Amino acid sequence: MPKLSMAEVENIAHLARLKLTEDEKRLFQEQLSSILRYVEMLNTLDTAGVPPTTSALPLDNVMRPDEAHAGLSPADALLNAPDTAAGSFRVKQILP
Amino acid sequence: MTDSLFQLTIEQAQARLSRKEISAVELTESVLNRILAVDNQVKAFLSLQPEAALEAARRADDRRAAGDTAPLLGIPLAIKDSIITKGVPTTCGSKILENFVPPYNATVIKKLGRAGAIVLGKTNTDEFTMGSSTEHSAFFTTSNPWNLNCVPGGSSGGSAAAIAAHEALGALGTDTGGSIRQPAAFCGVVGLKPTYGRVSRYGLIAHGSSLDQCGPLAKSVADAALLLQTIAGHDPRDSTTLDRPVPAYFDDLKRSHGFKGLKIGIPREYFIEGLAPPVEKAMRAAIALAESHGAAPVEISLPHTQYGIPVYYLIATAEASSNLSRYDGVRYGLRAPGDDMWQTYFETRAAGFGPEVKRRIMLGAYALSAGYYDAYYLKAQKVRTLIRRDFEAAFRQVDVIFAPTTPDVAFAKGANLDDPLKMYLSDVFTVMANLAGIPGITVPAGFSAGLPIGLQILGPALGESAILQAAHAFEQAADRHPPIPPI
Repeated sequence: MPKLSMAEVENIAHLARLKLTEDEKRLFQEQLSSILRYVEMLNTLDTAGVPPTTSALPLDNVMRPDEAHAGLSPADALLNAPDTAAGSFRVKQILP
Repeated sequence: MTDSLFQLTIEQAQARLSRKEISAVELTESVLNRILAVDNQVKAFLSLQPEAALEAARRADDRRAAGDTAPLLGIPLAIKDSIITKGVPTTCGSKILENFVPPYNATVIKKLGRAGAIVLGKTNTDEFTMGSSTEHSAFFTTSNPWNLNCVPGGSSGGSAAAIAAHEALGALGTDTGGSIRQPAAFCGVVGLKPTYGRVSRYGLIAHGSSLDQCGPLAKSVADAALLLQTIAGHDPRDSTTLDRPVPAYFDDLKRSHGFKGLKIGIPREYFIEGLAPPVEKAMRAAIALAESHGAAPVEISLPHTQYGIPVYYLIATAEASSNLSRYDGVRYGLRAPGDDMWQTYFETRAAGFGPEVKRRIMLGAYALSAGYYDAYYLKAQKVRTLIRRDFEAAFRQVDVIFAPTTPDVAFAKGANLDDPLKMYLSDVFTVMANLAGIPGITVPAGFSAGLPIGLQILGPALGESAILQAAHAFEQAADRHPPIPPI
């Protein structure tokens, strides 16, 4: 595994919606490359025909009757909002 | 004598409360005074609720006067700040949730309330439970009560330190890769991670959703059993909880046959280079002690042990990068305004997350990204299957497994901060239980240079009774009075 390129670091940061400083980018480039080199050891294992584990539980679909239950009140749901208007979360304009 | 009540175990306090020798108010006052006396050094708590705790204690005394005998009635507990508490600030150790006051309770908090427990306050954690030392808390680092220059472990370091310093009678923590067991071992207390699905995750702040479990930290195995039996069980609000009856873990300890005939697996892959000699010595002594009380140790192999850390750090970070996308500055938490909606996401997350959280989100996003998904995330999930099969094969041979909880005792503050990979490797013995979904408990097994050593006991899925009984037998055989740290 070669070192991550700066362009790759910037692409991941974009995917993760993280604004990074130049120092953070350089640090993560080093640290993530070193962690990725370490996890390379998994490639020494043959996993042909091994199913992936997505859950440690023997559960299939969990169903329940489609009944209405009380949830949070609108006031409670807005309690921690950074900005509200007319009983809604207010954000910056999305469409131009 | 009410000034030393804070030293009681839950079991002892409950006996004295039910005989009306002490009141819940006296007990709670004693614990609050203890916190006042030592928490400026230990720094276990992120926030305290002294008035609410005393009010709850008065209600508990009223309930008892009216004939109520709920199992935790009047018992003051500490709650890790990764667990949602209605009306009580819940930060998960992050600036992004610094002012978050939840409008609802986690299911485990509801259950503790029904059982009569009192919440003293919220304990420190690495930010979003990502860390092994509490040094990644956005607020401060907790100290190990046995040596204030050392870390308490993490991420449930606040809960573990609070129990060791007798700042609470019991505590809850959360464990994604060892976050209950590792700090409990470092602080010389009991900590239990239940089977995945045994305890509701509703109201736990999500880290790695296929790995997270909530469990007790306590002064004794019996106390851990009592706490577990209170919080365990099916929850319609968590579709991954198992709809299976909850055994009477606490009462079953009294009926246990101890070590007689117990087959204990000793995995050879856990006794490797890198295991500190004093820890290895304590493990050998623990095995010999169990054998002298009738247990049968059997050497076993868990051949995929060395792959645990890489599998864990790919799966946990991938799940975390997805879970933490909810912190976008829209509905709750910090908002750092940008020029438009998109820039607001970037600014909010840059300002609100600390370095370890950013590092893990980056790693997880990379492992899930187009072109790398098969090579990293899918590969890790396949190796996770091999790890599960290792344990399934082992538990066809043995009842429980004995292993060290950690490769060494608590490290000095700052020792691993510059090298994230080195910090990750300290979880080498604990991540396996989360990957396999099985229960694990750590119980104090001696000291090295004044710092505690933990013995980890692993069991098959839903084998909480087996590991509690083995841990209880070990605690009885070792006959160590719970010592008090020199603070």
